[in-house]
Amino acid sequence: MATHPSVETKYMEERRELFHGIRNLERRSFLKVSAAALGASAGLAYPHSFTPVSVAQGAEDTGSDQAFRFAYVSDSHLYEKDVNDRFVRGLLRAVDDVNNLDPQPDFVFYGGDLAQLGQEKELELGAQILKNLKAPLRIMVGEHDWYLDMGQKWQELFGDPTYSFDHKGVHFVVLNSVVEADFWTERNMTPMERMMTVAGLDNSLQSPFTVGQTQRKWLQDDLEKLSDDARLIILSHSPLYKLYKPWNFWTDDAEEVQAILNRFKNVVVIHGHTHQLLTNRIGNIHFHGVLSTAWPWPYAPEGMPELTIEMSRPDPFNPNDGCGDGEVHVHPDGLVDKIYNLWNRNPVSVTAAYTASGGSDSVPPKPNRPSY
Amino acid sequence: MNWTLIRGSARRAIVCAMLLFWAAFLAGCKHPSETAELDAADPQSDAGKETVATADTVDVKSCDGENTVQVAKGLTGQAMADALMDQWQRNHPEANWVTEEKEKHVFLPPADNSALLQGDQGKGHVYGNFTERDLITWAREAEKFVAEGSRIFHSGDELGSQIAVSCDMCHPHAANTHPETYPKYQVQLGRVVLLRDMINWCVENPVRAEPLDPNGPKMRALEAYIMAQRKGTVMEYGKH
Ligand code: HEC
Repeated sequence: MATHPSVETKYMEERRELFHGIRNLERRSFLKVSAAALGASAGLAYPHSFTPVSVAQGAEDTGSDQAFRFAYVSDSHLYEKDVNDRFVRGLLRAVDDVNNLDPQPDFVFYGGDLAQLGQEKELELGAQILKNLKAPLRIMVGEHDWYLDMGQKWQELFGDPTYSFDHKGVHFVVLNSVVEADFWTERNMTPMERMMTVAGLDNSLQSPFTVGQTQRKWLQDDLEKLSDDARLIILSHSPLYKLYKPWNFWTDDAEEVQAILNRFKNVVVIHGHTHQLLTNRIGNIHFHGVLSTAWPWPYAPEGMPELTIEMSRPDPFNPNDGCGDGEVHVHPDGLVDKIYNLWNRNPVSVTAAYTASGGSDSVPPKPNRPSY
Repeated sequence: MNWTLIRGSARRAIVCAMLLFWAAFLAGCKHPSETAELDAADPQSDAGKETVATADTVDVKSCDGENTVQVAKGLTGQAMADALMDQWQRNHPEANWVTEEKEKHVFLPPADNSALLQGDQGKGHVYGNFTERDLITWAREAEKFVAEGSRIFHSGDELGSQIAVSCDMCHPHAANTHPETYPKYQVQLGRVVLLRDMINWCVENPVRAEPLDPNGPKMRALEAYIMAQRKGTVMEYGKH
């Protein structure tokens, strides 16, 4: 499981629960809690003595079919700080954004490509910055994190890249969707050459992304216990459909994965990798892209899904334009409103009503200029 | 350093050496049918070894006056030429860089001019009489120019980026560079600019490098690559 049990996160979690607890407090437990809070703020007790706050946790955290929200940050492509400070500032800004959300989201989902070239120092820097998040972190792997040491460092920091968890009645599945067939052995590539090849979006020496048979089998098994009307959200780095192969906006075994998801009433897939507003729906599956904190990508020159309302061209004169982070509001029926928090523009909300109606209701505002 | 130049002179050297060999072969070779002793010129068998002339080999100096190549005595002309080519390729592992660049960062081929070879090749005109060889030369040279641009476009080091950023990170396959819209009034710069001005703007800002010499080889190559990627797009200067 990829959460950070760091001192800071724990502290923040406990703090959050304290204030949450205070809000729901009955008179009698007030003294108990405030004593703990006082102790902490006066430096008498280590922050971990916030424990009594579980006091007033109501039905809210255990029940199912509730609405809740989580935040996302993605595609920071960190180099070491002295190589490139711009991308580091991007991630710091996103962490600030998310920490400033009030109330706090239930958790923060990191969408992959934390590092640019999968180097230890890059991943460590990313992990360090993400520890500043107040809310718990769920993280997914991207190709930039993986192909230098084939995931060794990433897994050391964050654990298994494939896992599932349940939150307030929603089953979440996190996949490693950037599995590429071996193109490097035959070409005698060094690990760094392999990494550089995968890191080039338009480098066609690499293989297409897949989820792969092992994970598909795992997915099938993992979902077995769920009923057809279960609330299900899949998190993947590449879009779990076929958009544009030359840039690996693509999952080669997408149809097989979709077939596993077919029986469910509604499925939401949230993916990284494409650095842009991107919406699609294939039958029961609703797909949403996320923003990057590093740079926006142009739209694929062909094959754009009809539901996507493209953001207008980014301003080259503003390195933050087209970048950002965002939130996901999960409805009781399992569909989501996807909020794109663009740093240099108004936020855009792609609602459940929009994808559910196939694009006729609740249409997000069209940008004033073309994306071209 | 200019790749094209290095390669050009190396190629000339090898061609010279081949000619020398043909001359030697025609003048002195006693057993033209013999193809023995190919081993001495086998790329596997002598790769990486210092070559030392033995009784069975001859030293041949190529026209650059520096490189000496050894080839077994008594080779046929073709075998000699092959041996020389092998040796040259071993010394120039990057010789296929255009093919490799094309394979890595697929770019569009130059226009097909084969129609020029059809029909009545201009009677009585010298200009306009083309051979297949002309067409091959044009395409090869144009592609090489574009490949050079592609190499620079995809390399933060070549661009001199201080933050390890290259153009392809934001413009895969040169997407969203819109060369067909230039010249145009660039609002943020407050003047009419050419493609190269906007390239240099991106070089200085997102890429964070020293601006390129607007007439220098790197800028010319970048322009070539960017233009080549928009093959078939309607020119529309001034479009925003
Ligand atoms: C960090 C991202 C980034 C990098 C790196 C970058 N650019 Fe840009 N560039 C942009 C953005 C964003 C735009 C505006 C895109 C648009 O107009 O759709 C742009 C615009 C341009 C334009 C003008 C497009 C137009 O419509 O007028 C050109 C030309 C260009 N870039 C060339 C380059 C070249 C060459 C490089 C490498 C030296 C480069 N860029 C590197 C982000 C980048």
